[in-house]
Amino acid sequence: MIAHAADAPAQNLASYNFAYLDEQTKRMIRRAILKGIAIPGYQVPFASREMPMPYGWGTGGVQVTAAIIGRDDVLKVIDQGADDTTNAVSIRAFFAKTAGVATTTTTPDATIIQTRHRIPETPLHAGQVLVYQVPIPEPLRFLEPRETETRKMHALEEYGLMHVKLYEDIARNGRIATTYAYPVKVEGRYVMDPSPTPKFDNPKMHMSEALQLFGAGREKRIYAIPPHTEVVSLDFEDHPFEIQHFDEPCALCGAEQVYLDEVVLDDKGGRMFVCSDTHHCESRRAEGHRGALLGDEPAFGDQPLTDKEPAL
Amino acid sequence: MPHTPPSTTIYEGGFADPVGASQTVFRALMDAMAQPGTIHALPHVTAPPAPLTASASALIATLADADTPVWLDPALTKTSAVRDWIVFHTGAPITLHQSEAAFAVVAAPEKLSALNGFALGSQEFPDRSTSVILQVATLTDGAALTLEGPGIKGRASLAPDPLPQHFTEQWKANRQAFPRGIDVILAGPACVAAMPRSTRLIRPEA
Ligand SMILES: [Zn+2]
Repeated sequence: MIAHAADAPAQNLASYNFAYLDEQTKRMIRRAILKGIAIPGYQVPFASREMPMPYGWGTGGVQVTAAIIGRDDVLKVIDQGADDTTNAVSIRAFFAKTAGVATTTTTPDATIIQTRHRIPETPLHAGQVLVYQVPIPEPLRFLEPRETETRKMHALEEYGLMHVKLYEDIARNGRIATTYAYPVKVEGRYVMDPSPTPKFDNPKMHMSEALQLFGAGREKRIYAIPPHTEVVSLDFEDHPFEIQHFDEPCALCGAEQVYLDEVVLDDKGGRMFVCSDTHHCESRRAEGHRGALLGDEPAFGDQPLTDKEPAL
Repeated sequence: MPHTPPSTTIYEGGFADPVGASQTVFRALMDAMAQPGTIHALPHVTAPPAPLTASASALIATLADADTPVWLDPALTKTSAVRDWIVFHTGAPITLHQSEAAFAVVAAPEKLSALNGFALGSQEFPDRSTSVILQVATLTDGAALTLEGPGIKGRASLAPDPLPQHFTEQWKANRQAFPRGIDVILAGPACVAAMPRSTRLIRPEA
């Protein structure tokens, strides 16, 4: 399942460095990563560079990956849970071209996984690095637009306002309505934004075997969670944190307790729910698991998911 | 692995493959920092003037540049060779003040009396702190330290030697300053381990 890059990089195009970034930029990012690891959940400022792709395409994550990746790495890139979206394909192609690294869609084979929204369903193992593309790294930004003030709040551990906001949610909705970018507290100290991951994935960040690195390009921040680190979703005694639950299993592979996307089947309101993590779904089907939509017929190849739409 | 001969001048003994070598050294260090107590192999990619070791010089060549003042301990400044080698191969300015250093390289940790003279960062910018590279003869044969904290499943053990005086007490004070504090990088023979400021030292009998 591992695709090896056809050409070594920079043989016919000597105009860019290995993994695109120049060595000085890599050093600066590497230093920020080390500080981020040493202070889990703290946002380290860094001098984000222009990348040959627009912000919103994960320039922060791309810079982090470029600073850590080596010739022997195997890279997986997901957008939502899928390896086959334009964004994921482009970033994978970027590193295959500029770093000559092997790429994969198989979660356990990857040494580096870059993601925009999801944490893979397959538990990560020691030695793997999960790199998040982060649009808005500051969990307090919606409460306080001034950077000097949010920095002070983190410095003084002034997180009362964040709790007030969550509690207002409960007062209004009877529960905490936030489903994405649900704030966490890391190692009992820093409140951190897991960014656009669904809160379904928050528990996977806690005591993960893998190193988790977060890069925000436009906002120029890098932060990190080392393996085996406490990551707790903010909640209240009378309203404990809960992940989303889905009423039905995946229509294709029958998986339960995974994150599902809604897929529209026709214009008459027909729809189904399938695994957001395409690798997880495909490997389950390869093992013989079959969801309601596939019935009991023997499988002749995989069902293509070309019309898949995110459930955002 | 080809053994690089010792440099005869400060202009030699740098990375032959700067891109590959610095990536390999960085990943070893990143893994060491992410999992305190674990020991990671370093490639033999530099040949610095003594008493700077191959490990410490590979780390400083990977991390330092014109933006990062480097402080050297007295053992490294007996002659100008080490200073000149670092300046030539990294472009980093050498500082005489611990509190201005982004990196410190210490060849004689046992003579380092205080850790709190280095930059600890501020409460708002705790990252503006010194990373202290200690050259050690061993990571496994010294007095055992027991480590807890982020990156460690349960407890980890490390036995570096030599260490700064009263290291356990000094580290406790460093830990109490969290999120401010220094991070320690232990450069052993062909290997590296790390103790980020988040690591707690506990008494083995506890
Ligand atoms: Zn499925």
